[in-house]
Amino acid sequence: MSETGRQLTFEIFRYNPQDPAAEAHMQTFEIEEVPYMSLFMALNEIRETYDPSLQFDFACRSAICGSCGMMVNGKPSLACRTQTSDLPDHIRLHPLPVFQLVGDLSVDTGVWFREMAEKSEAWIHAKEAFDPDAQEDRMDNELAQQIYDSDRCIECGCCIASCGAANVRPGFAGPAGLNRIARFAMDPRDTRDDDEWFEVISTADGVFGCIGMMACHDVCPKELPLLEVYAYLRRKALASATN
Amino acid sequence: MNPRITSTDVLIIGGGLAGERCAIEAAAAGHNVLILSLVPPRRSHSCAAQGGMQAALGNCVKAEGDNPDVHYLDTVRGSDWGADQEVARIFADNAPVAVRELAHFGVPWTRVEGGKNSYFIKGERVEIEESIENDGLIMHRDFGGTAKWRACYAGAGTGHSALFAVDAEVVRLGVTVRDRAEAMELIHDGSRCYGAVARCLRTGEHWAILAKATVIATGGYGRVYGQYTTNATINEGMGAALALNTGVVPLGNMEAVQFHPTALSPSGILVTEGCRGDGGYLLDKDGYRFMVDAEPEKQELASRDVVSRHMAQRMRDGFGVETKHGPHLWLDIRHLGDEHLRTKLREVWEICRDFVGLDPAEELVPVRPTQHYSMGGVRVNAEGEAYNMAGLFAVGEASCWDMHGFNRLGGNSLAETIVSGRLVGRRIAQTIGAGGVETETRFANEALAIAEDRAAELLARQGDGRSAYEIRDAMAETMISKVGIFRTGEELALAVDELKALLEDCDRIVLRSKVPGMNPELSFALRIKNMVKLALVTAQGAFARTESRGAHFRTDFPLRDDSKWLNRTLARWPSSATEAQLSYEPVGILDVEPGHRGYGADERIEMDVSIEDYNNSVAAGQTAAGKLPTEGVL
Repeated sequence: MSETGRQLTFEIFRYNPQDPAAEAHMQTFEIEEVPYMSLFMALNEIRETYDPSLQFDFACRSAICGSCGMMVNGKPSLACRTQTSDLPDHIRLHPLPVFQLVGDLSVDTGVWFREMAEKSEAWIHAKEAFDPDAQEDRMDNELAQQIYDSDRCIECGCCIASCGAANVRPGFAGPAGLNRIARFAMDPRDTRDDDEWFEVISTADGVFGCIGMMACHDVCPKELPLLEVYAYLRRKALASATN
Repeated sequence: MNPRITSTDVLIIGGGLAGERCAIEAAAAGHNVLILSLVPPRRSHSCAAQGGMQAALGNCVKAEGDNPDVHYLDTVRGSDWGADQEVARIFADNAPVAVRELAHFGVPWTRVEGGKNSYFIKGERVEIEESIENDGLIMHRDFGGTAKWRACYAGAGTGHSALFAVDAEVVRLGVTVRDRAEAMELIHDGSRCYGAVARCLRTGEHWAILAKATVIATGGYGRVYGQYTTNATINEGMGAALALNTGVVPLGNMEAVQFHPTALSPSGILVTEGCRGDGGYLLDKDGYRFMVDAEPEKQELASRDVVSRHMAQRMRDGFGVETKHGPHLWLDIRHLGDEHLRTKLREVWEICRDFVGLDPAEELVPVRPTQHYSMGGVRVNAEGEAYNMAGLFAVGEASCWDMHGFNRLGGNSLAETIVSGRLVGRRIAQTIGAGGVETETRFANEALAIAEDRAAELLARQGDGRSAYEIRDAMAETMISKVGIFRTGEELALAVDELKALLEDCDRIVLRSKVPGMNPELSFALRIKNMVKLALVTAQGAFARTESRGAHFRTDFPLRDDSKWLNRTLARWPSSATEAQLSYEPVGILDVEPGHRGYGADERIEMDVSIEDYNNSVAAGQTAAGKLPTEGVL
């Protein structure tokens, strides 16, 4: 932690698609670092003090809503939990690739993730309708923990931005998409059978679209066990194919 | 017809748990539903709820004997008798089904593990044998102000898992979601609502959306406290403002504002009550566990209003850890152990690492009470209908339904979202007709013109003026210093004056940025006047209420006064007025007689009429308002 008040130089990608006169460029701002300064604080200071037109997204500012994914010195990161003290005094910010640009650092993750959820039918395919008079179905706590482990994905898009395959192949589920598929595949409440799962998992848009670079594993802010997730999906695909 | 005017059966403003659960109910019944949301629904603030959701399933040993009656009693006591007991009853009765339904939607609830389990209870490690018979049922943890362990949970990410499961249903049902869209104005004729005008936060365009039923589900207004809140930046109370700006729809109990005992200092990020539920301690600067003296029975697990007051008092008495951001106390969860912290409280462990750079298994966590929850909101009846405006509904934190009264119990709001969303959604599905929206286009055109003119006028202003951000900061300082945990008439009067002056300043805002599109400065400037209005309504209500009840504590009137204040504040803002007009209604039919809560102060001013007389007058008032007498509640 720097207590001396470093001078921080921010180089920020600027482009407003709504402005016909706008051209994409990098803009530089200088601010003074304060203790415990996060990029949430820094970007708000820049907007409120220097350029009120700057677009970026924050909501919870506690690393749970997934709004603020952006490229920080080239690495997809959640801006709210990134402390300036962990960065050099020159900080470059770009919007996440893959997603449609809304403006400056703001990208449209909502539409991307909704399409992915629709395509992979990422919901519980229950056999029967909910019975309000029945006690809940039992579940082994260990399995509940396992599902929760994958369910913790906040769909921030950092893994998608880091993914070599997702960057070049629209339609690929990407790490977060595969994780979401695995989350439902391991849940006994979802009654899709092997043949149905085979269609979701075992295509080039599914787990076999992964080219194994595993940047996703390095950038995931929730530290999801993505290696294990892909191994699980490959086993599931194999089982479906050989049954 | 204007091409920017569309229509739907049901318009839901707000894509959090309450709004989405309501949407599911209406969509499953075959209605067209459209959700407007500031952010993609999965980023709504419901996702930040951590510790649990209250429902009396009674599945573990420390929950034995629990049932909706006990939950109902806890809720009424927690409310300091400010709740509508009829609604608290409906809530407690419906919570178990709503929670089990979430299991059906896929929430990975933590489950009971039959056999020997180790817990921390009141400072002691206790071994408890959970029955094999209940193995695999939904597990509970302890929370504040409850007689039983009742909070159902998924790690410390309960809200996240619930929101994702409910949103998955929204996707399954094909409900239309327009994210990055903000409702700016209700379309109404003074007595019936026909939808809303929305502003696109991608392009800055306005659209009118006509609807047979319009539901406000925008969450709380914590951001009127600026940075002194656990709330997300999007919790600016704009749904409450939509209702207030009709001039006829009242807000209820806006002065009832909850401070959560354990937000991280100084960032204000929430650290769940589940930490204390699982056995965590509060310590002062000397490492002393002061809550044992203050509340021998419940200790750290008294209700949030009570614990926050003891903490604030402890810091006033000089036992806080002084920093340049102000004093804080310590949360000690070291004894829960690394494994517990990394599983059952995983999100807390991550927050400590990411935002204060510490390991809670080894170090103390700096915490202080911080604004957290809005008990007040759009006043609705038991069916979720707003007063004085047919076709307008409110659910969840945006509403004042009113099951929380003057203090909400931890875990009750998460449960409220799905219970009220479910019931109100069903009510809407059953009552709206099959035809189109019966209205004249001119109401939509008028509302569109109002919203567009406001934006155009702000953009056109020139010269020197106030900055919307400066006004926000001034409002926040007034609210935290004068409308906080301890309140006095003198300070509240000052707060009212300061906020009125800020309200006038809002008309002198000049933007520095005139860029086309959503223009973030314009977007915020369009909200700030509404925020100051909500702040002023809160301060006015607090000034007028000369008693202490739940989270509303007046050092100049320290007693709860059931002779004068067993009522609910209603605030309307007539269109030409410069402040809100306050009136009062009884809290509702009393089933549980006002008494001691079981924690906190035991002194109060008793009712000066009999329960029977009070209830008769409530029933007479309800009958006069066209409501059938309440049956089956007592």
